Amino acid sequence: MFASFMTNAWLSGTVVALLAGAVGFFVVVRGASFAAHAIPNGAFAGAAGAYLVGMNPLVGLVSFALLSALGIGVTSRRVRNDVATALSLVAMLALGAAFLSASLIYEPTINALLFGEILGVSSAQLWPVLVLGALSVLALGWLYRPLVYTSVAPELARARGVNATLVDVLFLAVVALATALTVPVVGALLTFSLMIGPPAAARVLVARPGLAIALSVALSVLTVWVSIAASYTFNLPIGFFVGVLGASLYLAARVFARRRVSDSVTYRA
Amino acid sequence: MTSQLHEASQPLLEVRGATVNIDGRDILRDVNFSINHGEFTGLIGSNGAGKTTLFRVILGLQRQVTGSVLVHGEPITRANRSIGYVPQKVLFDPDLPIRARDLVALGADGHRYGLSRRPRALHAAVDEMLDAVDAGSFADRRVGGLSGGEQQRVLVAHALISRPELLLLDEPLANLDPGSVEEIIALLHRVSQRQRVAILLSAHEMNPLLPVMDRVVYVANGHVASGTTDEVVRPSVLSALYGHHVDVLRVHGRVLVVATALPVGPAPSDQHPEFVVE
Repeated sequence: MFASFMTNAWLSGTVVALLAGAVGFFVVVRGASFAAHAIPNGAFAGAAGAYLVGMNPLVGLVSFALLSALGIGVTSRRVRNDVATALSLVAMLALGAAFLSASLIYEPTINALLFGEILGVSSAQLWPVLVLGALSVLALGWLYRPLVYTSVAPELARARGVNATLVDVLFLAVVALATALTVPVVGALLTFSLMIGPPAAARVLVARPGLAIALSVALSVLTVWVSIAASYTFNLPIGFFVGVLGASLYLAARVFARRRVSDSVTYRA
Repeated sequence: MTSQLHEASQPLLEVRGATVNIDGRDILRDVNFSINHGEFTGLIGSNGAGKTTLFRVILGLQRQVTGSVLVHGEPITRANRSIGYVPQKVLFDPDLPIRARDLVALGADGHRYGLSRRPRALHAAVDEMLDAVDAGSFADRRVGGLSGGEQQRVLVAHALISRPELLLLDEPLANLDPGSVEEIIALLHRVSQRQRVAILLSAHEMNPLLPVMDRVVYVANGHVASGTTDEVVRPSVLSALYGHHVDVLRVHGRVLVVATALPVGPAPSDQHPEFVVE
């Protein structure tokens, strides 16, 4: 599994895991899980569209993910947030279905887009993935404090002069970028499991925001590494392992946190 | 208890002829009052009287407002550093990985973009503010896991960290048991004197505030009357405000505002009046 053709899988998988762990922390804290589910489906439609017109799939992934994020951001000012997200999700899935049936993509390619493929990032795409990944991390760092502030107490942040709407739209754009990079590796249907599982586990385990992000990133990288190895060994889609591991991590963290609380109570008594 | 340190003739906050009209309805009409440095002012009125709207006006968050709202004689702006705000209720997810001290620190730098190390002075200021509201013992616990009264203290510390001259508190006594009410009022009074910050606190009950209140701003029917308690809480002033006759009873150091349910006018004198206690 460490053969030279696997180098890109390990590299891109690690970049994607770093990004998803950090972005996912805010997705979970802001309660934006549904958006993190909808945007990958937009990215999927974009990739299908790119195949149809013979473009680089990454261009389709990025542009359609950004389009979905923008759609959610703009519509949610008029209708309820979950409805706006659902509308974006439905529209993008419909587009994706149309693009797929109109183009002549092999079934394995479709499968890879939906459920992930460890060789999903070819050497030609590694550089854009690295650059866009770095860009997303920088954007996240720049937004860090207003992002935490608006996640924790939007009303207080607004009274302090933070433009909460702007922060929200910029954050969705970062989610879109991270998604576009993650979909080819983990798959459109399971990208959000990588963005939810590790951060949800991390926030239960530690109380400090900075530490929770670091733990989320670490768990996310661990999830992807184990998943790549398992996917290679058992010849099952990587998305399957990412999804199962993500959910298991969260359950384990819950059990661990509860045991720790009951231990400390016994100790005090 | 006006602070003697600020003898400037100019009030800290001045609201002149402010009217708020939302969707063709006047929520507040021709509101006039001022707050001086270090004063403890009670903003009294029943639910829906327009107290929160008035706060939004002072915070610069309310757009549909005519008239003038001045801080230090200057028109109000959003995110005025000299005004701190404690909202009525903030819902915190118990799983949120944010400790009490993290929230307080956000009050100082949460609006800043970019990453930089927090200066040591900020950590010291966070500790100082947490101590000022007796929140040191739960500073490292998650805000979402704290009780309502504890969260209230953390929110006050969060508002104090930008060293405001005026602190707005929206119904901080609602949902507290009577013991906690006295405790939080004593704490706010102490904070206002030690940190030399003026306080504007909204409540629908004025009695708990009587021992500490320098002035009262009374809201009813979208109108406002202000002055010392003795000036405002009188039958003539409150009757004009409510638009019908109101009696003010003083019993054992408590004030009861009692209204007849009848409209103003030549009421039949033999009819037994119904009493409504506010």
